[in-house]
Amino acid sequence: MSRSSESIDRSAAGATAVVELRDVVATLGRFPALSGATMRVERSEIVLLRGPNGAGKTTLLRLCAGLVPVVRGEAFVMGHDLSVDRERVRPLVGLLGHQNGLYADLTVAENVRFWGATVGASTAEVDAAMDRMGVADRLADVPVRKLSAGQKRRAALAGLVARRAQVWLLDEPHAGLDQTGRDELDATLQQAADAGATILVASHELDRAESLATRAIDVVAGQTSDGHLS
Amino acid sequence: MRVLRVAWLIARKDLAIERRSRIITNQVLPFAAVTMVIFGFALDANTDVLELVAPGLVWLATMFSLLLLVQRTFAVESDDGALDAMRVAGVDPRAIFVGKAIGLGIQLLVLEVVLLAAAVILYGETIRGSGVVLLVTTLISATCGLAAVGTLYGGLAAGSKGRETLLPLLTFPAVAPVLIGATRAVESALGTGAAELSEGWQWVSLLAVFAVAFGVGGALAFGPLIDE
Repeated sequence: MSRSSESIDRSAAGATAVVELRDVVATLGRFPALSGATMRVERSEIVLLRGPNGAGKTTLLRLCAGLVPVVRGEAFVMGHDLSVDRERVRPLVGLLGHQNGLYADLTVAENVRFWGATVGASTAEVDAAMDRMGVADRLADVPVRKLSAGQKRRAALAGLVARRAQVWLLDEPHAGLDQTGRDELDATLQQAADAGATILVASHELDRAESLATRAIDVVAGQTSDGHLS
Repeated sequence: MRVLRVAWLIARKDLAIERRSRIITNQVLPFAAVTMVIFGFALDANTDVLELVAPGLVWLATMFSLLLLVQRTFAVESDDGALDAMRVAGVDPRAIFVGKAIGLGIQLLVLEVVLLAAAVILYGETIRGSGVVLLVTTLISATCGLAAVGTLYGGLAAGSKGRETLLPLLTFPAVAPVLIGATRAVESALGTGAAELSEGWQWVSLLAVFAVAFGVGGALAFGPLIDE
């Protein structure tokens, strides 16, 4: 059995953490963005990444998405080694930063269908994803450019569900949302975690994010430590 | 097989966006038509001269319009981070390249047909029956080459600062062989300046080699380029 298929089997059996970093070093150009990050995240956890600007939270999320290479240390997502197997990790994770990855001229349904189709999702799967994120009925045929910021976030999350992302990496997900949008987003994330998704949230809005998270990790100067939720 | 399926998905999505936004009909086609009219003014509306240079003017207008189309096709990907989202989603970069090139190629073909019609109407150019096969083959092979180059450099410039100026700087030198080959082949197809029909097929061969080289090279290079 190959190393890759063995790691998938171990992950499926729950023998490994969903995300596991050990003393990871990563650089952006010459800048050392992560300098010894260590953390372990289990299935269905909602983990808050806290820290000041430039501490390395976004780099940590992008590393877990396979977009930033591991310079030193060990990093695994769903049992796949990020040093050698980044291409296998990418389809399993969904990264939502300040942008939603949506096409403004297409409707919500067309967008979600597109992302689902990239992994061969059936129509029923896409419909279920839209239903789960609350964009199935009156929003389905609305062009994305006419949506509010909160509705766009929900449409983007429906896209993640449709393309079967199991690890959600969210960078400042509450930014730009009004009170209703934030409440809707929190409910959506909680529902996704209950359904088995593992969620890492980098946020400055601590009151809101701490009420949602099951655990906190502090990121300071590229290093991580276990934090306490207030 | 999966690469082709996803490529077709991306091409259909791009064409749906263009159908919905009408950028090509409301902006690119008028721009191309205005370019043809201005060429006419620049050459003093001299029909003899215009007939002689019409094939070259058609391809020059195509090159200028290509830049608009390429910028547009990658703007829809970068406006809300969709290209990044495709990378994170693990969509095969070859599928992205082929899909974007197919979408771009179909739009280019429409543009070229309109520009040829403009050459007939504005410059008094005539299309002879014996040259139709050569003309169609030229359009298809030149379009494949232009779409491949446009997609490759459009993807490269999409993540760069000053992409609006970088794109023509990269694209124009690379498509120079297409400009020359397609102009000569269309001259042969139309019989411009007593050009022989047989000469045109040699230029079509050059266009085909160019399209294959940039198509294969682009598909292989696209992943590392957009990952940087």
